[in-house]
Amino acid sequence: MLSSSGRKFNLYALTWRLPIIFWQFIFFVGPVLFMVAMSFFLVKNYRMTEAFEFVNWSKMLSRGYFWDSYWYTVFIAGVSTICAMCIAFPAAFALAFRASESTRRWAIFLLIIPFFTSYLVRTFSWFVILSESGVINGMLGYIGLGPYTMLNTSFGTLVGYMTLTLPLVVILQTVTMANIDKNLIEAARNLGCSAFRTIWQVIIPLSKTGLIIAAIFCFILSFGDFVAPFYLGGSQEPTLPILILDTTKSGQQWPRAAVVAIMMMATLFAIAFAGIALAYRKKKGAK
Amino acid sequence: MIRPTLNSSIYGLSRRQLLKSGGAAVLTTPFVSRAWAATTDINMLAWYGHGEPDMVAEYEAANNVKFVPKYYAGGDNMLALIAQSPPGTYDLILSDGEFVQQLNLAGYIEEMNPADYPLDDMLHEDFKQFPGHWADGKMYSMMLRGGHLGVSYNKNSVTAEEATSYECFWKPELEGKVGHFDWHLPTLGMMSLYNGNGAGLWDLDDAKWDAVQETTMGLRKQVGGFFDYGGTFNGLKNGDMQAMVGIGDWITGVLEKDGAPVASVIPKEGGIQFTESYSIGKGSEKASEVKKFIQYMMSPAGQVKSAQMAAYPGFCVTKAGRAALIEADLAEATRSHQIEGDAQDPITLINEGRIHYRDVPQQQGLEDWNDFWSEYKNA
Repeated sequence: MLSSSGRKFNLYALTWRLPIIFWQFIFFVGPVLFMVAMSFFLVKNYRMTEAFEFVNWSKMLSRGYFWDSYWYTVFIAGVSTICAMCIAFPAAFALAFRASESTRRWAIFLLIIPFFTSYLVRTFSWFVILSESGVINGMLGYIGLGPYTMLNTSFGTLVGYMTLTLPLVVILQTVTMANIDKNLIEAARNLGCSAFRTIWQVIIPLSKTGLIIAAIFCFILSFGDFVAPFYLGGSQEPTLPILILDTTKSGQQWPRAAVVAIMMMATLFAIAFAGIALAYRKKKGAK
Repeated sequence: MIRPTLNSSIYGLSRRQLLKSGGAAVLTTPFVSRAWAATTDINMLAWYGHGEPDMVAEYEAANNVKFVPKYYAGGDNMLALIAQSPPGTYDLILSDGEFVQQLNLAGYIEEMNPADYPLDDMLHEDFKQFPGHWADGKMYSMMLRGGHLGVSYNKNSVTAEEATSYECFWKPELEGKVGHFDWHLPTLGMMSLYNGNGAGLWDLDDAKWDAVQETTMGLRKQVGGFFDYGGTFNGLKNGDMQAMVGIGDWITGVLEKDGAPVASVIPKEGGIQFTESYSIGKGSEKASEVKKFIQYMMSPAGQVKSAQMAAYPGFCVTKAGRAALIEADLAEATRSHQIEGDAQDPITLINEGRIHYRDVPQQQGLEDWNDFWSEYKNA
């Protein structure tokens, strides 16, 4: 039996694909459709009522604070991505090219360990370190510096984002670079490439896909994170996840929160697709 | 192989002994079942702390009930939780005073019999027929406790004299050190008081509302963060925040007892009182058990427990409760000014007209206040 595209219908393959299709439909497509529908509902007496009104969209998108939160969230997630990528690269490079196989395995294992504990607990532990009477300011005090305000600032938020994303970014970068054919690097060096030029013109292009995927993950996690900007950033400025909380807290405006959530998803889709397109783009003339 | 028989049991039981044991077991079953009677679950909807062991464990043990608390943060959240649950889900509802009226209008709470509660023993006349607790001469909620919101500050950076006015929040040395409890109602109420709106703090015409927004925006450069309950605690405790808008002794009291150099006072512009009241959920099948518990909480012993609540302290609302607190815990009574003759005695402050009961905006919607709050946070 042939499908309309002329490819043979494969029941065996479909059977194996069904669980993931089913999963995606139940836990992704269904909720997203409901969320889109909910953004047109109304809230009366703290209860959502079915409706098809654009008032939530016009209300949220016409508010200056929504766009302030939106651009701040894009900005801070972008900064987080750049920081994580830059901090992770030397570590991943060392693990991929300088460390022995067993050291690399142990390092990856150690990078996974933070995920064994709650992200919230890890975030709270930063209070002890970053507060004005905390560890860092205490040490700086010995040399006559500080105290510096680190909590309740964008810096605090970034520290939280790094706690969340950095181990993952290091792992992804390490795995990507470790899979590069070492002969290509040796060839570049034998042909007179400097170490820096080898990184720039051989290693980075060869690991481009993995690096972009790591950056996308970092951006997605930072963009949607509530814990770091709320607890370490002191909600100033509020990011979109905090705006969702504020919107639901007062008046139980879940439909308006749905508008914010849809805008977040649309942004992440756009960035993820752009990133993937960039990652898999072939040079002109390349097969 | 020798098979055991009941007459020569390897278990050491003769038939006679077995019959005796069985009979005894049958005869004692009613008593066993009474002792092991299923505990009555009471579903409680409340602010955090009210269903914790320090508040209910003793009562649970004595009355064979078990409280199943569902905690909320904010009146809106409470109303939404009830609205989204089937009738009768919550047997006992603890509500902020200003939201009782809405609970009643929506038909979420049962009428209560005033004769069941010590209304004649209330510390203040206002508490007997508290706004919103009664409708058409019928009572729907019983005031349990209260607390005052004013200037909360770190004694190392704000003097007691400076703390006598909300003006202290604008002190240049506090730039970036003033925190907000992340709820618009108390903060905007305080800014309204600072603007001189006094008893009309919630009843703002357009001009006054604009002025309150302007005053609040003027404070923005001082603000170091917006916090929930835990964040407020941490900010004050680790010194990152030296003053806090929107709270009172309900938070600084806990820290003060822990030795932190913090305090809360009612400034000359006036303060705000939050009130917590118990209601019986509409359709509850355990109304009589709930009534009994509310009666316990209104008794001197219950009032002392409420005043000493580990999560956040509150003041007693009955005369007998206050007397019991002074007898049981003079240090706490003194610290929280629940002593007659104390200048910051909650009842004296009410009598002097310096305390205004927390309410919802009269001429604007909660949505307008929340919109401004979001704008303020982003400024």
